[in-house]
Amino acid sequence: MDSTQVEKSTISRWKPVIEDWKHTFYLWRRTKLAMVGTFIVAGFLLMALLAPLLAPYDPIKVDLVNRLKPPSKQFLFGTDQFGRDILSRVLYGARVEVWIIFLVTVISGTIGTAIGIVAGYFGGWIDEILMRITDIFLAFPRLILAMALSAVLGRGLTNAIIAISLVEWTVIARLARAEAMRVKSQPFIEAAKAVGASDLRILVLHVLPMCVSPVLVQLTMRMGTIILTAAGLGFLGLGAQPPTPEWGAIVSDGRSYLINHWWISTFPGLFIAVVVLGFNLLGDGIRDILDPRLRR
Amino acid sequence: MKLATFIAKRLFLMLLVLFGVSVLVFVISKVIPADPVGAILGGNAPVELVEDLRRRLGLDKPLINQFFDYMSGLVKGDLGKSLKTNRPVVKDIAEFFPATLELAISATLFSIVLGILLGIFSAVYRNRFIDHFSRVFSILGVSMPVFWTGLLLLLLFYFRLGWLPGGGRLSLFTTPPTKYTGLLVLDSLLSWNMEALKDALAHLVLPTIVLGYSSTASIARITRASMLDVLRQDFIRTAKAKGIGRRLVIYRHALRNALIPIVTIIGLTFGGLLEGAVLTETIFSWPGLGRYIVNALLVLDYPAIMGGTLFVAVIYSLVNLVVDIIYAVLDPRMRI
Repeated sequence: MDSTQVEKSTISRWKPVIEDWKHTFYLWRRTKLAMVGTFIVAGFLLMALLAPLLAPYDPIKVDLVNRLKPPSKQFLFGTDQFGRDILSRVLYGARVEVWIIFLVTVISGTIGTAIGIVAGYFGGWIDEILMRITDIFLAFPRLILAMALSAVLGRGLTNAIIAISLVEWTVIARLARAEAMRVKSQPFIEAAKAVGASDLRILVLHVLPMCVSPVLVQLTMRMGTIILTAAGLGFLGLGAQPPTPEWGAIVSDGRSYLINHWWISTFPGLFIAVVVLGFNLLGDGIRDILDPRLRR
Repeated sequence: MKLATFIAKRLFLMLLVLFGVSVLVFVISKVIPADPVGAILGGNAPVELVEDLRRRLGLDKPLINQFFDYMSGLVKGDLGKSLKTNRPVVKDIAEFFPATLELAISATLFSIVLGILLGIFSAVYRNRFIDHFSRVFSILGVSMPVFWTGLLLLLLFYFRLGWLPGGGRLSLFTTPPTKYTGLLVLDSLLSWNMEALKDALAHLVLPTIVLGYSSTASIARITRASMLDVLRQDFIRTAKAKGIGRRLVIYRHALRNALIPIVTIIGLTFGGLLEGAVLTETIFSWPGLGRYIVNALLVLDYPAIMGGTLFVAVIYSLVNLVVDIIYAVLDPRMRI
């Protein structure tokens, strides 16, 4: 094989992939709401990344001289009962939320995928047992189970993250199981078995890769819910503890000052709403873009 | 599969899951790293007191005996005594649950009516103003945190405008109606206490809107999708061609066929309302089960935590069972 032929074959090999991405980009630009969602999420990530540069003050330093100041040029979003700048707290809060989303996604994604593909691949009594365990977790309203777990583990950010992950994995497990069952019956798995590949090898090298992309899509679509749950826990006092600038917890800080000092609760809540909106729009967009009926 | 067999099988599965749920609740309450005895007595209590309390709570027994005590209590309907209120947890639940139920029913009614109407208009006037409005309304509904909308509405309608009462189920000066069901609206009607009825309804307005908003949004979304699906089908064109009025086509022919997915989502949102109730009740000082559980969690009142979460899980599972059964009745293909 001479060199020109090799080159040609690489071109023809990558072309469909590139075309596919181009088409995806075109669809993304056509669904305006998905674009808005992408920009909101990108802005949110930037906020978390650049918080130390953007924040005008220390988010947890108490400054009693400037307590409960309304929004002004000096304090854009006002200050809370300890004189802490709300804008700085909200900016640093973005870091907390990103941290929560990241860990919950990794933990629940790993547990859910592992349990799901094992159940789907082996079937039979293993599947039966694993799915009944999933059902037990699904028998609780999510927030209530997360609340209970977070409280008994000991209130705090890390335990709240563990609690939310222990609630979230069920969704992923069901999805991964369905994918694994679909993949299992395909000829290439049979071929792998025929040449003597072990179950573990098939699971990790053949079934798992097929489940990764639907699981990732599902995880992206759940990120909004994860923020809402974390903020709910923070608001109830069962999540991040003071002085951690978690958005839900800041809303809760302002609760007793609501009548005369509306800004403490209003701004962090607004950021939760906008960021969750962004994730929801992005999720809807991804679903639409991946919908084969739209792709044609 | 026959419907009866289907229901029997689902019921059996539910009992199995509920057994698992009780085990999980037991495990959760036993892994409490924080010591409930320490939480009650404080860190510096004398050793004898601690030992005595441990004995009285049965915490000195081996885990397996504690488990059997707990399970045999469950079977007899005994959930233990709350450490905080010092009353049987069952009594506490009986007192607090009607408040949650009333709020959940009210929010469900609100979201069904508004959600289905919005969904229908959205589908019929596709891509027109009302459609865009309803879709924005919907996506906002599932994005805004319940506790935040609650606070803002409270700030506006209670503190600033003073149009609606602030929290609780009744005003301080209103005589509560005679207690029949624990649902204040129903009780005031039964005892013909118009003053209490008006007051109870006024107190319901804000919590209902706050709690019902997100379910309104999901119901509107499903109704829209389902209606669009049905409206495209041939029998709708036939009905129109026969010259049947537009209204009749939409409500009689299309809506009826679009109802199956809508019924499912209504059932699911009713379950979701139980969890939204936790936050809504906290904001509106609503004396319901959600607030009871939160308070129990904050002080690690573990019999109340176990009883409360278990009760919620049972209700949630029952609602899901009913949804599945309705689904199976509406669509025989589901009975597998």
